[in-house]
Amino acid sequence: MGAITLEKVTKKFGNVTVIPGVDLEIADGEFVVFVGPSGCGKSTLLRLIAGLEDVTSGAILIDGEDATGRPPARRGLAMVFQSYALYPHMSVYKNIAFPLKMAGIDESVIKQKVEAAAGTLNLTNYLDRRPGQLSGGQRQRVAIGRAIVREPSAFLFDEPLSNLDAALRVNMRLEISELHQTLETTMIYVTHDQVEAMTMADKIVVLHDGHIEQVGSPLDLYNKPANAFVAGFIGSPKMNLVEGAAAAKYGAKTIGVRPEHIELSTEAGEWAGVVSVAEHLGSDTFLHIQVDGIGQLTARVSGEFGVRHGDRVWLTPPADRIHRFDGEGKAM
Amino acid sequence: MARAVTTNRKIAFTVLAWLVGLTLFFPVLWTILTSFKTEGEAIATPPSLFFFDWTLENYVEVQERSNYLRHVINSIVIAVGSTTLGLIVAIPAAWAMAFSPTKRTKDILMWMLSTKMLPAVGVLMPIYVIAQSLGLLDSLSILVVVLMMMNLPIIVWMLYTYFKEIPGEILEAARMDGASLGKEIVYVLTPMAVPGIASTLLLNIILAWNEAFWTLTLTASKAAPLTAFIASYSSPEGLFWSKLSAASTLAIAPILVMGWFSQKQLVRGLTFGAVK
Repeated sequence: MGAITLEKVTKKFGNVTVIPGVDLEIADGEFVVFVGPSGCGKSTLLRLIAGLEDVTSGAILIDGEDATGRPPARRGLAMVFQSYALYPHMSVYKNIAFPLKMAGIDESVIKQKVEAAAGTLNLTNYLDRRPGQLSGGQRQRVAIGRAIVREPSAFLFDEPLSNLDAALRVNMRLEISELHQTLETTMIYVTHDQVEAMTMADKIVVLHDGHIEQVGSPLDLYNKPANAFVAGFIGSPKMNLVEGAAAAKYGAKTIGVRPEHIELSTEAGEWAGVVSVAEHLGSDTFLHIQVDGIGQLTARVSGEFGVRHGDRVWLTPPADRIHRFDGEGKAM
Repeated sequence: MARAVTTNRKIAFTVLAWLVGLTLFFPVLWTILTSFKTEGEAIATPPSLFFFDWTLENYVEVQERSNYLRHVINSIVIAVGSTTLGLIVAIPAAWAMAFSPTKRTKDILMWMLSTKMLPAVGVLMPIYVIAQSLGLLDSLSILVVVLMMMNLPIIVWMLYTYFKEIPGEILEAARMDGASLGKEIVYVLTPMAVPGIASTLLLNIILAWNEAFWTLTLTASKAAPLTAFIASYSSPEGLFWSKLSAASTLAIAPILVMGWFSQKQLVRGLTFGAVK
C-alpha cells in the first residue's frame, strides 16, 4: 500500500514561504509527476513527503496514518536522488544491501534480495565494483536497486535523470516506467522536464511558486489546461500565447494555440508573417515566424513543408483548437 | 620559444624551492651533526660541517643520564591520547556545524579559533591551580586533557572543512535507508572522511608531540615527555651543545620518521579545499 495524502501542507524557510498550503491525494500504485520550473517548490514538496524537511504546518498521511512527525526511515518510503547519492566507499553489493543491513535483516536474506535486485537491474556483473567505477546509467540503477530492496510503499525520485546524457535519459525513462508496471508501487517523480512528465505519468501535478496550478492526466493537461501557465508549460514546443486585438476578437484577454495545431499556408490565412528561423528535425520542422502585429509565434509543420528563412507565410488558428484565457489567466 | 620560458621558470622555481627547503632543514641537520661531535668541536670556530671526529659518546651519556624510553612513551601517550580524545569530541561537533548549521555556526567557529589567539600563558594560572587542586600535576591525564583542549579548535576547523566537501544528499540517503544518527556517522560519514580525519590526526599528533609550554609547566619527572627531556639538557649548569643536540635528535627522530612517511597525507590535509 502506498496512498499518500497532503493536507494543507505549508513550508517556510525563515520568513520565506516556499509552499503556501498544498492539498493533494496520491492513490496507491499511481505514478505521479511533480513538474514545474526551477524554484517552484517541487523538490521541497518531495522532501517534505520523504521527511527530510520538517513541515511548518499541515499533515502528511501515508496509508491513512499521520506520518508528519515520523523520521524518514520510518515512513516506508525510498528515495532516488539526482546525484545518485551512492556510498562511494562501498561496493555495489554493499550499497544495495545498506538499507537491509540497517534494518537488521539476516545476512542470507540480504544476499538473496540484493542478487534479485541486481538481476532485475542488470547489475549482477558489477556487484564487486565501487560506484566510481560505474557509468552514470549504472550508478542510477544502483540507486534504484538500493530503493527496490527495501520494498517501500512508495518510491520518491528527485530529478533522477538530470545528470544523464540525452540518449541514456530516454532509456532510463523507459526502464523506470517498466519498473513501475512490474512493481505496481506508488511512484512520485520530480522533474522540470515536461517531456518526462508527459511520457511517464499517470497523473501530473504542475507547480508554480509553491502552488498547485493543475492536477490531471497528461492528456487532460495538454487538452484542457486550467490556466495560461499550464498551457505554456505543458507541450513542446510550448503553446503560442497571443494577447491584444487578435485575442479580443475571440472574446478573451489571451488566446493560446499549440504550434502543431496552427494551419500554415504560403498563400492565404488569418495572420501573415515572415519565417525568422526554420528548425528542420527531419520528420517535423519548427518554424519561428515574426507575425505582423502579434510578434513571434511557433508553428510545427511536416518535414516536407518547404519554407525557409525570409519566406512569407500565412497562419490560421483553427477555432476548435483555440484556448481562451481571462484577465487572470484562467481558462474560459 | 614559449616552451623555453616555461622550462626556465620551472628550473628557477625548483632551485628556489630547494633553497627554501634546505634553509628550513639546515637547523635540523646542524643539530644532528652536532650530536656526533665532542663538546669541544661543537663550539669550535670556524665550525666544521662534516670533517670532524664522529663520536657516539653523547648518545651514550644521554642514555645513561635519562630514561629516554619513558619520555618517548609519555610523548606517545600524550600525543595519541589528546588527539584521539579531540577527534571523539570534534567529529560530532564538526558534523553538527557542517550538516546542521544555524545562523551562529560561523560565529562559533570563529570564536573557537579566536581562543588560539590567546597566549597560553594567559590561562596558565587557572589551569595550573585546577591541576594542582585535582592532584593532577605531573600526570599524563592532565596533559592529555589540556592539549586536547588547546588543539580542539584546529581539529574542529579541519574536520568541518572536510565534512563540508561531503555531499549532504549521501547522508540524507543514509537517513532514508534507516540509519540512525550514530550509524550515519559510523558507517557513512567517517569512512568517507577517512583521508581528512587521517590528516587531522597526523597534524595534531605532531602539534601535541612538539608542544612545550604546557608539558614543561605541568610536569616534573613522572609524566615528562620528550620536550621536557630536551629541556633538561639546557640547564643552569651550562650549555652542553653536543648532548643537547643528541637529546634533540632522539626527541625529533620518531616524529620526523612519521612525518616523512605521511607527508603525502599531510600536504593533502593542509592544502585541502584550496583547489577544487
